[in-house]
Amino acid sequence: MSAVALQRPSFTTRAMLSFFDSLVVARRNLMQIVRVPAVLVFELVQPVMFVLLFRYVFAGNIAGMDAIPGGYVTFLMPGIIVQNAIFGATTTAIGIAEDLKSGLVDRFRSLPMARPAMLAGRATSDLIKNFILLLVVIGIGYLVGFSFKNGFLGALAMIVLVMAVSFTFSWVMATIALAVKKLEAVQAAAFTGIFPLVFISSALVRVEGMTSFLRPVARNNPITYWANLARYFAIGDFPGMGGSVEHLILWSAIWIGVLLAIFMPLSIRLYSKLT
Amino acid sequence: MEEAIIRTEGLKKSFGKVQAVKGVDLAVEQGTVFGLLGPNGAGKTTTIRILTTLLEPDEGKAVVAGFDVVRDAILLRPVIGLAGQFAAVDENLTGLENLEMVGRLYHLSAAEARKRAQDVLERFDLAEAAHRTAKTYSGGMRRRLDVGASLVGQPKVLFMDEPTTGLDPRSRLVLWELIRDLQKEGTTLLLCTQYLEEADQLCDRISVIDLGTVIAEGTSEELKGKIGGEVLELHVAAEHLGRAVETLRGLGSGEPTQDEDTRLIRVPVGSEGPQVLLETVRQLDDAGIPIEDIALHRPTLDDVFLSLTGHAAEIAIEESDEPEPVPEKRRRRRDR
Repeated sequence: MSAVALQRPSFTTRAMLSFFDSLVVARRNLMQIVRVPAVLVFELVQPVMFVLLFRYVFAGNIAGMDAIPGGYVTFLMPGIIVQNAIFGATTTAIGIAEDLKSGLVDRFRSLPMARPAMLAGRATSDLIKNFILLLVVIGIGYLVGFSFKNGFLGALAMIVLVMAVSFTFSWVMATIALAVKKLEAVQAAAFTGIFPLVFISSALVRVEGMTSFLRPVARNNPITYWANLARYFAIGDFPGMGGSVEHLILWSAIWIGVLLAIFMPLSIRLYSKLT
Repeated sequence: MEEAIIRTEGLKKSFGKVQAVKGVDLAVEQGTVFGLLGPNGAGKTTTIRILTTLLEPDEGKAVVAGFDVVRDAILLRPVIGLAGQFAAVDENLTGLENLEMVGRLYHLSAAEARKRAQDVLERFDLAEAAHRTAKTYSGGMRRRLDVGASLVGQPKVLFMDEPTTGLDPRSRLVLWELIRDLQKEGTTLLLCTQYLEEADQLCDRISVIDLGTVIAEGTSEELKGKIGGEVLELHVAAEHLGRAVETLRGLGSGEPTQDEDTRLIRVPVGSEGPQVLLETVRQLDDAGIPIEDIALHRPTLDDVFLSLTGHAAEIAIEESDEPEPVPEKRRRRRDR
């Protein structure tokens, strides 16, 4: 054994290698989309269905939209896009659970690669996948009457916000997958947790129209902050924003920061302590 | 013995209330093939998982290639390879891509990763399938790809957890050849198996492990010696059974035993097998007792296992309660 080999790699070297390893893993995950494009197509069914259902079934029955320029569809689309970012992150949980089941996680954990890179790579590839889904959903939105009304920078800001939400939820989902482990249970756990969270928010409807005891819950739901901010970026000021833009940006950022600060280290810890 | 390349002392690991490993001591010499033999649930996989840094032991110490498996895990991983219990390959990647990915994760350059991937595919007879996705591979091909992946990093120590489980006989022989070749090239191998024949064929030394502890250690020959040399087995017709046993008394190294149901007579013969065989045939012939069949029986590791644990290996397998992580459907498909 040479003396060089005995030295522990420096922090910088390890950080660089972690980044590099994450890219290798992300690339591997993205190959699935190339090899089995049907998976991506199926994943598109749900958001498209939501857009169409809410646009054509619910739209006429949802009150309080007269003040929104363009009506309900303009209100709905940014919310649906935030919802998709969160639903789209469940593939992180499913992907990790599948790798656990197939034994690939054992292989990765026995390699000299940086351990967090397996999770970071998954979060990165899902971010790219969710970006593709986002563009398609925006396209569908345009087909059913939605349009951006706050300029190009506004639209860009919305996309950045939505991607940040998606990335954050990937780490929440990674934690769920590593805690629950069994594929079927992971699927159930991921969706059961997310559904009430998304529906008791301003993603799809106004908070003011909810039952009184749900309103405070919905107002403080991080998804409400994100949906309202996304809405502002997409269409500008609208009634029911629930505060100034600065207020929305602050709380959106705080929630993203808090969730990342909890779930990134937690999932990495669960991963390295897997049995 | 020279300084051991794998050494464990008092290794212990529990999962909840289940004590999977209860104090395993191993010493594996460099360049040898070492077998961990035992039924499912014996603690073999847990031991391998500790040695490959996948699990931290609750107690005890394990050093591989000079590195402590807990404290020096980061330094150890580059010099080991693991072929786990089931083929851990990405179905959506081609054979080449799978191996290249592993090479990159060993931090090889792109060119080096590709070169080694191609070498491994060539060697494992997978070159023609290099550009097909692993999904299209047969069970044997997948397993070879998996073992191949564990070699991309050119490990000094290779761990294989039941490498031939679920393989057809031909694929098993191919894999055995590979294991022998690797040893010739200087790789140290630690091999878990529940197949006694496999350990007998491949391993320089064997630790028999049952219920989380090592119950015997030695070469295959030494282990067989522990239950006392060869046995002469013969069958005669039921009406001659009593007379035959009388005739054979005093010929072997111990008293002959008889089984009324199977009409089997067993005579322990120590190392005098051929002489006792000849004498037996002569005397029974003189007594006019026809022999239905007769054979010298060298003790197998099955016998060793039976005499060491008090239960046969196969029975223990069925009674196993170790969680079986292999997806059932896939395993069965591979078996066919």
